[in-house]
Amino acid sequence: MTNSLTPSLAAAPELGRWISLERQGFIAFRTGKVELGQGIETALAQIVAHELGVDLSRVVPLQVDTDNAPNEGVTAGSLSVEISGRSLRLAAAQAHSALIAAAATRLSTTPPELSLSDGGFKLNGTLTDLTIWAVSADVDWSQHVTGEVDPSAGGNIIGTSPARPDLSGKYRGGGFIHDLILPEMIHARVIRQPTRLARLVSVDEDFLARRYTGLSLYRRADFVAVMGPDEASVSRAHDEADRFTRWSDEPSRRTTMPPVQTENIGDTYSDTVEMTYEATFSRPNIAHASIGPSCALAQFADGRLTVWTHSQGIFELRKTIAICLDMDEADLLLIHAHGSGCYGHNAADDVALDAAILAMAKPGTPVRVQWSRQDELSKGPVGAGMSHRIRAALVDGKVAALYSEIDSQPHAQRPGNGGFLNLTSAEALDPARIPTHVSDLPLTRGGGASRNAVSFYDIPHQAIVRVDATSRIRTSALRSLGAHLNIYAIESAMDDLADQAEADPLDFRLAHLSDLRAKAVLAKAADMSGWVDAAGSEDRGFGLAVGRYKNKGAWLAAVAEVSVTEEVSVSRLWLCCDAGVLINPEGARSQIEGGAIQAISWTLKEAVPITDGVIAPYDWEKYPILRFSEVPRIETEFIVDQSASPLGAGEAAQGPVAAAIGNAVARVLQKRIHHLPLSRERIMAALLADE
Amino acid sequence: MSWTDFELNGTAVRVTASPQTPLIYVLRNELGQTGTRFGCGQELCGACKVSVDGEMRFACTLPLSEVAGREVHTVEGMAEDPIGSALLAAFEAERAGQCGYCLSGILVRARALLGETPKPDRSAICAALDDHLCRCGAHPGIIRAVARAAYALEGRSA
Repeated sequence: MTNSLTPSLAAAPELGRWISLERQGFIAFRTGKVELGQGIETALAQIVAHELGVDLSRVVPLQVDTDNAPNEGVTAGSLSVEISGRSLRLAAAQAHSALIAAAATRLSTTPPELSLSDGGFKLNGTLTDLTIWAVSADVDWSQHVTGEVDPSAGGNIIGTSPARPDLSGKYRGGGFIHDLILPEMIHARVIRQPTRLARLVSVDEDFLARRYTGLSLYRRADFVAVMGPDEASVSRAHDEADRFTRWSDEPSRRTTMPPVQTENIGDTYSDTVEMTYEATFSRPNIAHASIGPSCALAQFADGRLTVWTHSQGIFELRKTIAICLDMDEADLLLIHAHGSGCYGHNAADDVALDAAILAMAKPGTPVRVQWSRQDELSKGPVGAGMSHRIRAALVDGKVAALYSEIDSQPHAQRPGNGGFLNLTSAEALDPARIPTHVSDLPLTRGGGASRNAVSFYDIPHQAIVRVDATSRIRTSALRSLGAHLNIYAIESAMDDLADQAEADPLDFRLAHLSDLRAKAVLAKAADMSGWVDAAGSEDRGFGLAVGRYKNKGAWLAAVAEVSVTEEVSVSRLWLCCDAGVLINPEGARSQIEGGAIQAISWTLKEAVPITDGVIAPYDWEKYPILRFSEVPRIETEFIVDQSASPLGAGEAAQGPVAAAIGNAVARVLQKRIHHLPLSRERIMAALLADE
Repeated sequence: MSWTDFELNGTAVRVTASPQTPLIYVLRNELGQTGTRFGCGQELCGACKVSVDGEMRFACTLPLSEVAGREVHTVEGMAEDPIGSALLAAFEAERAGQCGYCLSGILVRARALLGETPKPDRSAICAALDDHLCRCGAHPGIIRAVARAAYALEGRSA
């Protein structure tokens, strides 16, 4: 039977695109998915090592670049193990088969007599002198991966947690795009428009020349940058840009997008049931807030522009940069390099265009651009603000219908989305580049605001999803997209409804679920936390929530213990996840727990400061995130069915963890706080309202 | 052109950068020691922390002139001493960190902590690392790794 091919394999079927034995003693693999700090390189290497029966140390990832890598789109949506892992698995299985066949010819035997052992061939169990590198020349690497060779089952590399080689390098001071130093490289900082589409009125070049030596200025339309060999001077000039640049904001140039796009999903609402519950939940804009600001390098030489970038999608980025600079795509080479932690569409793409523009202005010279902390937080895309109004009908202790109305800013404005460039400097170079309309990701592509808009309970649930694009705030994909607020809303409502039905929240959920894997994670998390016996006190309480990412990915249930004084602190967290078979259990745990901690931070602390529809520059003082002393003790368990396909784990925790905290806080306060974050101000307001 | 002499991870270095230059740019661009990382430039995130004569300093704002004649220790020097080596081994063993960007400052801070407090408990580890922001949520593994290094060092001295 033929295994179905992934879209990536269908688009790039040549075996040699995926697996290469060119380097003696090593098996190199290449994918279009990129390392974002999630450890994907190691998980994929494990898959290749497993299929080809070699020690993991022999498997090395090849550079991901637009000349050689298969185009696997954007590294997002928790799909890398599912899609790229499967592609590599089929490719490696076919390579295995082809190598065995080549060795059989050399040894005048038949394939069944041969097996592979760490790069050597065994003939009827006895190691021969022949290696896979010796027979590699006999293999036609241009053959297409057909899916006809079955991947092997079992094995001892999948399901282990080897150290990540990339991380070991990072413990020792290297490994990031920020650390690349090219000969004769100069540093640059772009002085960003104070508001979207603001006009650059003037630049005091005399001031700049008087104050700094060795700095040059590049200006084109509303794009302006300082450059020079000394990074300290360049950075200081950027910080002082108010002293030599003047801008004007012209409201007439503001975007005039059609306001609303509506998507109607789920079941059709029957108005024969009377709605007995209603509540509206919301979250503000949330920042990506990577610890390392975005960075890129570019060099134009021999008619070709090379850009080093930590973008999630180098192929789309190449296309948009080519349009922006009016170049032929073939004259552009984008090379992926590791960036600081990436949680969605941040400024990585923006800074790549910055570097590209400046490299074209300085032919031959490599240009390194790094964003400032303030620009990273205020000028890159931020996670969408949204609200979720939910109504429900409780009939005889069970929920008979759910009806949701979701209003959101768009979650998907990546380069190329909707046919627009969606790059900051593209708009600075030409205001006509601002998108004239936006389209959120439709549910068929995972959904944006509609992601997890309808629940996975056995309850008829209709959702109307409206995406409002009139804001001047640039919003785009942030880890889990709409799932964070949607699951927060649905799981808060489920707790409120359980209270109305005078039922235990766990029993109430189980009574509305036929999904066995959902029931299993829920029961396990409850068991881990001692849910049945968990008694709260005046300022301490427990909350529970569950979700299935995209309603088709990993299941996760969370129980949170919180204490509430003037503010909320999460003291303990129990998580149970079903992500199918685990390629790298520690990697999966790290993704789940990291996602959970980030979700605690979003839920308790985070809101991008916005005044009059504008994000003014801000920093860590105005945008605190969770610190070491605020991180709870976390226990995580996985339910693993070895026969279940692997599912991504990076975005499963955000919604359920937020909701478990919200439910715990509601239990302590005896009052629901609907709007995130559950900040000190909101808690104080709730407490004062009681007095 | 004036120069500045200091000791970097046990080696004497001489640089000719302006004395006002923040140490981070000297380390990264003049000396090629890229482990000290830029995060905010405001002493608010800890990614750039280094040790100067045993004292924790933010390299993003510290002028080069302030380290003249002093001993600077960065993440690149971790493997050179027993505490640093124990920390590296423990971070590997615990798979600590996710993207790794915050870890340079954290490793340097943890090395100082274990120098002062041989057996820190969880809250002492968290208190020591509270100036260090980690966005990936890699805190649990980092806390375990520091505790593991402390345990390993105790075993060695006993």
